[in-house]
Amino acid sequence: MSATMDKSAGGFRAWLNKRLPVDQFMADQLTGYYAPKNFNVWYFFGSLALLVFVMQIVTGIFITMHFKPGEATAFNSVEYLRREVPYGWLLQYMHAVGASFFFIVVYLHMARAFLYGSYKGPRELLWVFGMLIYLALMAEAFMGYVLPYGNMSYWGAQVIINLFGTIPGIGPDLVEWIRGDYGIGDATLTRFFSLHVIALPFILALLILLHLVALRQVGSNNPDGIEIKENPGADGHPKDGIPFHPYYTLKDIVGVGLFLTFFAIVVFFIPTFGGLFMEAPNFEPANPSSTPEHIAPVWYFTPYYAILRAVPDQKLGALLMALSVAVFLFMPWIDRAKNKSVRYRGITSKILLGVFFVTFLMLMWLGLKPADGIYVLLARIFTVLYFGFFIALFFVSKWDGNGPVPDRVTYNAH
Amino acid sequence: MSDHAADDTVPEVDESRRKFLIAATAGTGAVGAVLTAVPFVASWNPSESARAAGLPTEVDLSKIEPGQMATFFWRKQQIYVVKRTPEMLASLSAHDPQLKDPTSEKSEQPQYAKNDSRALKPDVLVLIGTCTHLGCLPKTRFTPGDASVMANWPGGFFCPCHGSKFDLAGRVFQGSPASVNLKIPPYSFEGDNKLVIGVDATSKGVA
Repeated sequence: MSATMDKSAGGFRAWLNKRLPVDQFMADQLTGYYAPKNFNVWYFFGSLALLVFVMQIVTGIFITMHFKPGEATAFNSVEYLRREVPYGWLLQYMHAVGASFFFIVVYLHMARAFLYGSYKGPRELLWVFGMLIYLALMAEAFMGYVLPYGNMSYWGAQVIINLFGTIPGIGPDLVEWIRGDYGIGDATLTRFFSLHVIALPFILALLILLHLVALRQVGSNNPDGIEIKENPGADGHPKDGIPFHPYYTLKDIVGVGLFLTFFAIVVFFIPTFGGLFMEAPNFEPANPSSTPEHIAPVWYFTPYYAILRAVPDQKLGALLMALSVAVFLFMPWIDRAKNKSVRYRGITSKILLGVFFVTFLMLMWLGLKPADGIYVLLARIFTVLYFGFFIALFFVSKWDGNGPVPDRVTYNAH
Repeated sequence: MSDHAADDTVPEVDESRRKFLIAATAGTGAVGAVLTAVPFVASWNPSESARAAGLPTEVDLSKIEPGQMATFFWRKQQIYVVKRTPEMLASLSAHDPQLKDPTSEKSEQPQYAKNDSRALKPDVLVLIGTCTHLGCLPKTRFTPGDASVMANWPGGFFCPCHGSKFDLAGRVFQGSPASVNLKIPPYSFEGDNKLVIGVDATSKGVA
């Protein structure tokens, strides 16, 4: 398996390697890729995200065999899948619960980057590709939620598509172009189906590939936020690095085992997760003459939805909502500290990051609540805190976070 | 047989000619790519049958009691038709300062509905029942004084999604996330009791 294997030897392996660089690839990307030896639990979520992606593709392929896009057929074909296809319920729940777990894993993966400054140079492009994956994932999840054509699918799509109507000038025509009709209907469902099963998975796979290639180029960050490449050993490999395979492949298998345990518990015992993963109105067919009393998107969109509703002006609300997502792209340039990891930043930076995490979770909760009374006031306060974080970070990071860092990573042998 | 020796002498490269040819080739290719994209992008517009399904909707007004609302579909949109009572009409003039757009300057409606009652005939209100905020269906809250909507409520519509409030002419109240009044579709009357949604004097049958 190693790069030192004698390639002059005969046999099938030599025949293969002469035509396809299998051993070379293993040596370059896995056994010869040195990752910092001080990874902690936060470093499980990258490989887990890849696992969920593959799982969504596989369950998606099988669901597509039964699903019939269209106003008259979509809802019934999902019910048919759930009730009559052998194990169809399992495929459908794995896919729907998988969408929520995808976002759980991605949010934790992003939180890791915030903790250890993984978006900072030289990993700016790695971060930008990651954020593009996040954007594509949001589009993929939204369209996937519309396809079963339950009543929340319909009204959620109505609200989200109408957001594009707030763009000055082209708005109303753009909305009609997206729907392909004067209202949501067959044309909307069939194009969303095409995008959901072909276009966006393709784009996601490409972006994931770019994310991984960029990662191999710059190397992984670590909880100390120091560059292990600056401290090479006699063999040319970083002193603080260990080969990705077998060390981290084995560590990741432990994460996979734990993850699949949690995932199975939810799929088998609480697939709707109390209305968070699958909302009650979506078990009724779409009804254009009845808006659900309370429209809330699925939990992973609610922080942004809370910001949209917090603003009393329609256009400004939509603009701030778009900005609240887009601002992440600029993190490498907003954070101006010399040190990457929060471990080597001052108390101000630590509090700031803590407040931001709480703010994000509070907005997530508020987006699930009705937009009246105290909830509106709270949503406004936390919207200000949300944007305040990025502004404060821009200034605080200039002076708080330039202290000394160790030469070698912090590591206790087990 | 060709002369290989002649091939070995490299002619001097005309850099400006090369640059021009590269730019011209790339430019032509880019124009072709953009033009090729046009049919793909255009295929997302409403199809011919979707357009044809936007035919006018006819409503028998004699079946709606004064003070009540009936709903119909036109172009996949819910249309609200309200028979307004004299009391309802009288309530319209009392709250202009509380409205975002009392004279409907910024709102969408046919010219003949841009008046105090926002209607061709004051007693028949025709609205597109789509909240101008983000497209939910506003609910009827016709009882004046309903404090669950707001203090001194004159009667009107309340959107449950994001809390926009409209009066009995579909005009939006201040403090609502919606910024313009509910839209009014083109419509006309044939006789006393037949309302035609989607056709008016200016459209001449073209919806």
